[in-house]
Amino acid sequence: MEPILEVKNLTMDFGGLRALDRLNLNVGQKEIVALIGPNGAGKTTFFNCVTGIYAPTQGDVFISSSRNGNRERINGLKPNQVTEKGMARTFQNIRLFSDMTVLENVMIGRHCRTFSGIAGAVFRGRKTVREEEQIKEDSFALLKKIGLSAFVNDLAKNLPYGAQRRLEIARAMATEPFLLLLDEPAAGMNPQETLELDELIVRIRDTEGISILLIEHDMKLVMSLSDRIFVMDYGKKIAQGTPDEIKNNPVVIKAYLGEEPDA
Amino acid sequence: MFTLSDIKKSLLVSLWFMFLTFPIMVIRVNTIENVIEWRWNNMILVGLGSFILSFLWRYMIERKEAGRKKAETGVTELPLFQRIVGNRRLSVPGMIGFSIFIIVFPFAFSSYQVNIMTTALIYIVLGLGLNIVVGLAGLLDLGYVAFYAVGAYSYALLNYHYGLGFWVALPVGAGIAALMGILLGFPVLRLRGDYLAIVTLGFGEIIRLILENYNDFSFGPSGIANIPRPGFFGMEMSLSTAIIYLYFIMIGMTLLTVFVVGRLENSRLGRAWIALREDEIACQAMGIDKTKTKLTAFSLGATWAGMGGVIFAAKTTFINPASFTFMESAMILSLVVLGGMGSIFGVIVGSFVLILLPEYLRGVGEYRMLLFGITLVIMMVFRPQGLIAKVRRTYKFEREEVSGTPEASRQ
Repeated sequence: MEPILEVKNLTMDFGGLRALDRLNLNVGQKEIVALIGPNGAGKTTFFNCVTGIYAPTQGDVFISSSRNGNRERINGLKPNQVTEKGMARTFQNIRLFSDMTVLENVMIGRHCRTFSGIAGAVFRGRKTVREEEQIKEDSFALLKKIGLSAFVNDLAKNLPYGAQRRLEIARAMATEPFLLLLDEPAAGMNPQETLELDELIVRIRDTEGISILLIEHDMKLVMSLSDRIFVMDYGKKIAQGTPDEIKNNPVVIKAYLGEEPDA
Repeated sequence: MFTLSDIKKSLLVSLWFMFLTFPIMVIRVNTIENVIEWRWNNMILVGLGSFILSFLWRYMIERKEAGRKKAETGVTELPLFQRIVGNRRLSVPGMIGFSIFIIVFPFAFSSYQVNIMTTALIYIVLGLGLNIVVGLAGLLDLGYVAFYAVGAYSYALLNYHYGLGFWVALPVGAGIAALMGILLGFPVLRLRGDYLAIVTLGFGEIIRLILENYNDFSFGPSGIANIPRPGFFGMEMSLSTAIIYLYFIMIGMTLLTVFVVGRLENSRLGRAWIALREDEIACQAMGIDKTKTKLTAFSLGATWAGMGGVIFAAKTTFINPASFTFMESAMILSLVVLGGMGSIFGVIVGSFVLILLPEYLRGVGEYRMLLFGITLVIMMVFRPQGLIAKVRRTYKFEREEVSGTPEASRQ
């Protein structure tokens, strides 16, 4: 299967520190892939490199949009251009626009798929008005899908924690991605919320056909969700495979738990 | 009400103030007789005054805290101003009365009054322009006056060299200022907060210093005189008519600015600005081009300053770099902050207060700047959100569950 995200030899140096070391990774169409590893392994750095927040020192990131099938090299692009190409992300430490309403947060996500500019704003022609209406309705439809329609007019900062995480996903989905990068979506969630998240992610994949790459520490969630898992430690990929393979991989166990002293 | 600890606190405050003001209020050296006068009664007055004021201060703080608690529990009521505007029975006659006042004003009052009103209107336009940059996009610009200067000098120089009239110079000046806004915008794209403030401050000074020292270009500190007032199809006007004419041009400009800025605020672009203010990285990750969004904010803000500058040059008929010092930037910024950051009506009220009040306080002489300073301090302590706080129009979604057709509306 043609991968929609292909990362080759991705390397990122911060001064003398090599945060990512020749990392290879790929995500296929309609696949849920997890990226795990101990704290400080470089998972978030990887996300930042792929989404254009950092410019990687070396290596290539290719995407092949599942919509038009074009293979493009995207490293060096700015974050907004990456998003426009169809890759959207959420953040580990929630980065919502806290003083905007839930609806407005999602409306911001629609920004890169809409067009009206200064003239449209000032003269507010029929086209602009229609576009604004469309943005609002699309955003609301999306919120309904994610299950946040009850909060639509609340300020984002007043939402319960789990709902804030879901809103980040909704906002990312508003950009019409074909690949969603979720950075610890279950962090800080209670078991019930995690369960709902599990169900939501599967639903996004199945109904929208969006592939998902997620960083997560909740192993139960990772094991139940993922088709494939990549394991990182100290900036290197130490293992990859299906959940079952990873569970029994001695290298992974060593990275997480350390070596047995008498072994 | 008055507990012992309250009295103790106030006593401490008054002691502190007596100590602070001791050197200037109590001691006076009589240089003629070479003796030191001890004015103990001044000290008593200071003590008493600060004792009473400290009670008042504490009372105000308590009220403010109570207000905040109320806001936290969710029982927020709209500020008085918004309630008046929201109430049609009050707002419609109010608007009509206000419009009549605006129209009659120049005929009922002296040229001096009309003149300072025109100045206040120019500052409204400037404030609204700066409001785009500071209030909406959250970019603290301390060199805003540079664009004002660019507008004024565009008109003055274009008129001097090529004889361009006011009405041609108005859009040209606005365009040049917008261009300068983009020019300034590029190097400061990466900066935020304090760093941005410093760089823009520097930019403002650079423009002023160039105007002051580049004699061949800008005629240096002596400035440019005999700038024509705006024409009206080549008609000759007496001075007082010209002042009234300019007043009405300015009213038109202000209405235009309020309209355009209001629309920009509630648009896709305005939303992007607010998002940019809230979180730059998230904003970019959501597909908003940071560069483009910031540059539009800078250039649109500068456009209004440019137009304000052209009108200023036409109004005073003489400009020199002394009119474009940092003090002006600070003034424009404080009227935005005092009026209420991001609020259009706030800016209007702010500029009336800040521009007209010092004019009317001329009677108080030297003390007016002191009063001005005290007003700002008190405002920022007790009402940091400004005179007329911004109640942002949030996009709300109202739908009728029955019909199932989503109907979006704004509140």
